[in-house]
Amino acid sequence: MVKPPIATGGPGPDRERVMQLLGGIPDPEIPVISIVELGIVRDVAFEGEAVIVTITPTYSGCPAMHAIEADVRALLGAEGYGRVELKTQLAPAWTTDWMPEAARARLRDYGIAPPMGQAGSDTHRITLHGRSVPCVRCGSTHTERLSAFGSTACKALYRCLDCMEPFDYFKPI
Amino acid sequence: MNCSSHHFDYLLRLGGSSLVLGQRMAEWIGHGPVLEEDIALANVGLDLMGQARMLLTHAGALEGRGRDEDALAMLRDVPGFRNYTLCELPNGEPVSQVGATRDYAFTLTRNFLFAAFQCELWKALGASRDAELAAIAAKSAKESRYHYGHAADWMLRLGDGTDDSHRRMQAALDLLWPYTHELFAADAGEAELEAAGIAPRSETLRAGWLQAVEPVLAEATLARPADTGFLSTGRFGRHSEHLGHLLSELQYLQRAYPGAQW
Repeated sequence: MVKPPIATGGPGPDRERVMQLLGGIPDPEIPVISIVELGIVRDVAFEGEAVIVTITPTYSGCPAMHAIEADVRALLGAEGYGRVELKTQLAPAWTTDWMPEAARARLRDYGIAPPMGQAGSDTHRITLHGRSVPCVRCGSTHTERLSAFGSTACKALYRCLDCMEPFDYFKPI
Repeated sequence: MNCSSHHFDYLLRLGGSSLVLGQRMAEWIGHGPVLEEDIALANVGLDLMGQARMLLTHAGALEGRGRDEDALAMLRDVPGFRNYTLCELPNGEPVSQVGATRDYAFTLTRNFLFAAFQCELWKALGASRDAELAAIAAKSAKESRYHYGHAADWMLRLGDGTDDSHRRMQAALDLLWPYTHELFAADAGEAELEAAGIAPRSETLRAGWLQAVEPVLAEATLARPADTGFLSTGRFGRHSEHLGHLLSELQYLQRAYPGAQW
């Protein structure tokens, strides 16, 4: 696991409070992990009256990003922050490597196999069925990929060939 | 950062190509040969649309005339688009003459050829001196790798499949190959972009692209078509007759109800 590059500048209790609040916002599609654990939140800063939250997209076209922005505004607004601004930062590009072990365990319990190993960085040929993803129900690695793309941009669909359970797999990128 | 017209055009080219191919993917929604592939093409399309949004937003900001992603995507006509012609070809008839508006062999083969190109492109642009473009490239590279993997998988299965699937994949490849020439063709602006460290000359991407394409074709028992002198010109705004039809659908709502939001 690699730590997400959350900016450390601008200390103070207020910043920590905001980070803590953001840590309570679940991902709209995968409610067992927070947007902070997912590595979407990059920075929290203050400018005068405004609190500025910098986020990074998971996939370029992920529709959940709009829901996440709305959730951040709603929560911070309700907590008394009068002006909330959202900024998008692209670099460094989001990677599943930032997901902490605790979040991976919760994903597994929820029925989604967490990303395996380090996200590949080679540009060429990736084989889509090269990894034996362990079944989230029985742990067997005798599984097969049913579909390279799943119910959301970040997932693929697998099936266990021992217990026959179908399950989502969070793709490493 | 100063924005030359070549720089702006280059961003329009990349953003337009992602946009137009993304729209072609969207045309498959609800019509995929199996549910998994329906979802796959929708996801690939979503990634391409995301790339288009980032690239066109960046182009509009550099241009400095107040045009945002929507203005560039929805309020320009055919000659304003700079996408590669490859991306605008319809998914089936009339280019692919299989008697259907959607030809999966043609769609996948194009995805394979273009994703392999995008992988090379993003790798090179990751080092661009245009920091925003470099960031977009680093982000998109991860997605294009996956698109490539998906399409390559099907190239193998169908190319090295039944006699009928092999014949259809080869026919698609033969039709599409000449349009790949444009991806690597020189143009008047590229020396300037190379000197400024913004983008590589197109020709330099070809060797890496062939390395990604040729082994898969060989394994899929498909013959690599011979190169010809054919050169399409979408990147100069001179398009096939198909782009206008695509835009009429893509842009309908903003044309009929300017500024509509929901």
